[in-house]
Amino acid sequence: MDFNRIKEKLNILADAAKYDVSCSSSGSNRKNKVNGLGDTGNGICHTYTEDGRCVSLLKILLTNHCIFDCAYCVTRKSNDIQRAAFKIQEVVDLTINFYRRNYIEGLFLSSGIFKSADHTMERLIAVAKKLREEENFNGYIHLKSIPGASDELMYEAGLYADRLSVNIEIPTISGLKLLAPDKKHEDFIKPMLKVKNEIIRYTEERKIIKSTAKYAPAGQSTQMIVGATGESDKDIMYSATHFYKNYNMKRVYYSGYVPISTDSRLPALGSQVPMLRENRLYQTDWLLRFYGFSVNEILDTDNPNLDMDIDPKLMWALRNLNYFPVDINKAEPRMLARIPGIGMGSVHKIISGRKYRNLNWEHLKKMGIALNRAKYFIICNSSDWERRDLDAATIKGMILQSQNSKFKGQYNNQLSLFN
Amino acid sequence: MNASKTLVYDGSFNGFLTAVFIGFEQKLTHADIQKQGQLQSGLFAETETIFTNIEKAQRVWNGVRNKSNSAIKNIYFAFLSEQNNMEALIYRYIQKLMGSKYNGATDFSDDGVLKINQLAHKVGREKHRMEAFVRFQLTKDEVYFANIEPDFDVLPLISKHFRNRYADQQWIIYDVKRKYGLFYDLNTVEIISLDLSDIHTNSMQKSTAFTDVEYEYQDLWNNYFKSTTIKSRINNKLHVQHVPKRYWKYLSEKKAV
Repeated sequence: MDFNRIKEKLNILADAAKYDVSCSSSGSNRKNKVNGLGDTGNGICHTYTEDGRCVSLLKILLTNHCIFDCAYCVTRKSNDIQRAAFKIQEVVDLTINFYRRNYIEGLFLSSGIFKSADHTMERLIAVAKKLREEENFNGYIHLKSIPGASDELMYEAGLYADRLSVNIEIPTISGLKLLAPDKKHEDFIKPMLKVKNEIIRYTEERKIIKSTAKYAPAGQSTQMIVGATGESDKDIMYSATHFYKNYNMKRVYYSGYVPISTDSRLPALGSQVPMLRENRLYQTDWLLRFYGFSVNEILDTDNPNLDMDIDPKLMWALRNLNYFPVDINKAEPRMLARIPGIGMGSVHKIISGRKYRNLNWEHLKKMGIALNRAKYFIICNSSDWERRDLDAATIKGMILQSQNSKFKGQYNNQLSLFN
Repeated sequence: MNASKTLVYDGSFNGFLTAVFIGFEQKLTHADIQKQGQLQSGLFAETETIFTNIEKAQRVWNGVRNKSNSAIKNIYFAFLSEQNNMEALIYRYIQKLMGSKYNGATDFSDDGVLKINQLAHKVGREKHRMEAFVRFQLTKDEVYFANIEPDFDVLPLISKHFRNRYADQQWIIYDVKRKYGLFYDLNTVEIISLDLSDIHTNSMQKSTAFTDVEYEYQDLWNNYFKSTTIKSRINNKLHVQHVPKRYWKYLSEKKAV
């Protein structure tokens, strides 16, 4: 193996793949068989890059040659960059050797589209097949579904991969027309639909015949770029909800747009990556998936965007003060989950703890609840609680004063006397 | 009946459970259980040496397990934390568990219970970190070798994970701090101790024990790590929070070139 050449390719093709934010290696149940190599489980982040993102899979493109010219993409046809392509065997060797050294949980393989969608998809499948059949590899494989790939190929891909994903990238159809004129919305949807139906079919069959083979056991995911086309948070979250509901997505990822082009349709080079916004979107995503919120409670036509200075749960609570204060010792779990400053872990602790005695501030503090936010919304076993009838703006002001956010500079529009 | 007494055990988990058994047998309200060799007896305290008895240990283990499965895990994890005074904490925890009508293991309004949970949580996190941060290096006799230096004694906890995952390769994970390791010979995992002249961290100091290809792969991994970073999003605080510096010397991606 010519390590220098491999190193060169790896640098180019890892660099091009890094804008895909999906990194999860969990959710699959593939186990090691006949003393082979690898298994999957809850997922492990083996290291973290200097931008703080986890590295769990070897995330590379098969090639960055591409026939498309999507404005937001770094590998677009018209971009003047170094191009490279891996041979199938090279990807297999890299994956196996990294895996054996405990560097990674598996492979995340994507690709620029060369020749045609089907041709590209075939090559991706060939890598996965080789890993599974020749190397007896039971680690995690995440394949990209290439927009426009045929149903037959999507079916085959699911037999070898743990997860499949198509990146929708642009949340609105009008945005897609603007930035990726040669791609059609239907091309993204078709493979997604096929995989969804196959997963349902296989799950049904497994109920009858237990030994039914696995089909994409970790499900599907997708990704949207945030801040490239002037879309609102409402656009993004409603479209995310659509994918969760109608395509049984396991995850929707939000990727703050990193300026990589001088195209006038996009934010200029050097403009800031909207990381805070990205963070607020993920918080909202969690509220929808784990805290029992529905999307129209948080975002609607009157409130199309999330507040940057406070988290979405607090934002909701301030708009719905009529639900508060909540009695920690009596409230239902679903209401506990709606109190700002209380996460699901704390909800479980409260529910177990209050069986033994009525909880007071001291107990709550030790359990790790963020009282600086929660205290305006709860009463507990103590005569000391917020009696004043404060309005939303006052509470918000008091909470903001009590905390020191590292993002303060990004939303504080008060003029500063110095600097 | 004594209210308080110092019990000295041999440092093993079974030894500790035996001590708990003796404590309950003698109805000690406060058992000061201590490891041999680290004994600090009080001025007037009575001391008794405990001889490990598997049967007695088993009875304590089963007794706790019948009460709660999560408690048994918490106790074992907290024990592996090797923290000062964890013996007394666990003793109190078991007392509470056995004395309580409900499953006392979930009383998060109790300081002792919360403390044990937090200790177990810390050990669990270290276990998970070791599953992530072990970096095998291939030796010339085809054994994948890794050094670790975990905060807590987590080798017993990670053995199964690595056995299941790397079933078709020989490997050694060696705890440099506690001077013992695990060796998998394609059949079973055994506990070994080695006479290591130097600690093999990464390609900073190359060793002849490893294959040449080994350093090529470390180099590739190091390169991959760099090229997958998005420069415009650098966030070193977050980076160090996830990968604390004390682990860096064993991570080939963090070696300075």
